[in-house]
Amino acid sequence: MAGDAKTSRAAVWPGIIALAIAAGYLIALLAVEKQSLIIALLAVGIIVVIAAAWFGLLDGVSHAFSDHEDALGGFAILALLAVGAFFHEDHFVLLLVTTVLLYSVATLGLNIQFGYAGVLNFAGASFFGIGAYTSAVLNAHTALPHLIVLLIGGLLAALIGSLLLLPVLRTRGHYAAVVTIAFALLFKTFLEVNDVLGGPQGMQVKGMTILGWSFNDNIEIGGISLSFYMNYFMISLLLLIGAFVVVRRLERSWIGLNLDALRLDETAASCFGLDVVRWKITAFLIGNFLIGVAGAMFGMVGSFVAPNNYTFADSLILVSILLLGGIGNPWGLIVATFIVVVVPEKLQTIQEYRFLLYALLVIGVLLFRPEGLLPRPVRRYFPGWQP
Amino acid sequence: MTALLEARGVVKRFGGVVALDGLDLAVTAGEIIGLIGPNGSGKTTFFNVATGIYAANAGNVMFDGADITRVPARAIYRAGVSRTFQRSRLSLPLSIFDNIMIGNHKRLNQGLWFNLVKRGDFKREFEASYHAARALVEVFEPALAGRMFEPVAGLPMIDRRRIEICRALISEPKLLLLDEPSAGMTHDETAELMNDILLVRERKKDLTIIIVEHEMGVIERITNRCVVLNFGRKIAEGPYRDVAADAQVQEAYLGVA
Ligand SMILES: Nc1ncnc2c1ncn2[C@@H]1O[C@H](COP(=O)(O)OP(=O)(O)OP(=O)(O)O)[C@@H](O)[C@H]1O
Ligand SMILES: [Mg+2]
Repeated sequence: MAGDAKTSRAAVWPGIIALAIAAGYLIALLAVEKQSLIIALLAVGIIVVIAAAWFGLLDGVSHAFSDHEDALGGFAILALLAVGAFFHEDHFVLLLVTTVLLYSVATLGLNIQFGYAGVLNFAGASFFGIGAYTSAVLNAHTALPHLIVLLIGGLLAALIGSLLLLPVLRTRGHYAAVVTIAFALLFKTFLEVNDVLGGPQGMQVKGMTILGWSFNDNIEIGGISLSFYMNYFMISLLLLIGAFVVVRRLERSWIGLNLDALRLDETAASCFGLDVVRWKITAFLIGNFLIGVAGAMFGMVGSFVAPNNYTFADSLILVSILLLGGIGNPWGLIVATFIVVVVPEKLQTIQEYRFLLYALLVIGVLLFRPEGLLPRPVRRYFPGWQP
Repeated sequence: MTALLEARGVVKRFGGVVALDGLDLAVTAGEIIGLIGPNGSGKTTFFNVATGIYAANAGNVMFDGADITRVPARAIYRAGVSRTFQRSRLSLPLSIFDNIMIGNHKRLNQGLWFNLVKRGDFKREFEASYHAARALVEVFEPALAGRMFEPVAGLPMIDRRRIEICRALISEPKLLLLDEPSAGMTHDETAELMNDILLVRERKKDLTIIIVEHEMGVIERITNRCVVLNFGRKIAEGPYRDVAADAQVQEAYLGVA
């Protein structure tokens, strides 16, 4: 009776259809301006998802994703490119979608830390800010190539994070979480009193240039003009793809297993040879590196950094994305980032109640779907692999 | 004969409770030792000290010629000691395969570059590990071998116990510590589990085992020798029949003089 579990792979088309619908829906949501229409669209979206779940349609989608992840990853990229192409002249929408892409990179970093290693980081926005200020300072005062600046932003976030947490990661319990909260609160004050970094007003960030190609110029190709944000959209998409691949490979390796093992039972893990401190630090460093790179990119995209953009409240938003999306599931995190970033931006009426909305959303998810919108499936080291 | 594991005068206190009170214990390579004694007599505590979870307050523990008294748990595992826990301690959301691979830590390549970049090499190691884990599971319960990627949370206790033993065996330890492996099983299930353990040992004759077990039938059948603890001290030692006849042992167990 060996090996008779299931020998056929799931169909891929439910995944493709889901991606096509999602892309179409996103385009509609981003294109519509009238508030009543947006509310109607959101209501329709919620009802469709609930109905699809009710009728079991989502199972086919999740099976498709677990068996054909590489192919569907390709389709997801196409879907995002379609969204970008549709809005190729629209500064506002491209900036919004680029923001989502970079926030997704940051939450993927947090996911390695909290989702896998179980180390809570309540200073995500601060480390993101370290990246952003790195590009502000380095672009202004040095001639370093901007790709190197991204790298430095990531390394700096990792370095500062590890100086902060090395002493506490050795201890059990949630000391690390407390330290990150303290850091998040201090970070903003530090920026505000620091004149070199522009104080409360913040500072300008020079736009990105790669090999003489300036990202802040609009693009003309054969009579079609593209918003300059198209540059940033494309490079942010590349960063997201890179971060996604890193997170995926990490999860589907012995390292991902180590992180799960130490999160679930430190004592048992150390009885089987695991160096708990080493792996916690490794997870924290990789996570912060991703957050810092995303922040450095974000600084150049926004062309401006100020202390108010990197507060404790922003860190909480990042954590809420994690809870909402499904801790440990990178697909869920990207969906959740879209929801959390795009909805308040489109629904001007709720802007002021943004945090209330997040709080309700998180409470609702924790009550009714504690594992998030897209729960993490059991680890498959190679999608579709059969013994 | 030199001992594989030797404890000399080991003391372990928890506040006022003296869980191990100058325990001496020696195990020769290839033996199967039964560690018995009434509840709270220090059996689990001895395992915890020997595997580095707790540090002894006094005395020392030697394993395979090296002093492991102040050595961290992970290094003791690397030296060749594996264990199961009295209360099953699997990672419930993880699959059967994942749980067994946790026990294989020292034989897997843990390099970042290997894991993230050299996916072809990783896949070969993964496939080899899969076949090894599956072969081991098949010894204990063939029906589980087709369910290697299912979470252990969905398995009944008896299967979880089997997986825990597989996790301890996969790295081919020199010394296996079994802490009430059959807790919660019926008489027949226990007998079957013991046969499976002996079957694995057939292939690796030098595997040394210390087993804590309340069912004396099991102890009688599979052990070469027993060590009886009471209040953290060794009160008797020898073949099961001799030990069972010992007056002090009967008193400790039955409370009769
Ligand atoms: N972590 C701990 N903290 C405090 N006291 C402990 C701890 N672990 C064990 N003890 C105490 O040490 C003594 C020995 O306990 P131990 O668990 O080693 O007994 P045991 O022989 O395994 O018993 P059982 O047959 O019930 O499993 C008991 O009095 C117990 O309460
Ligand atoms: Mg015990």
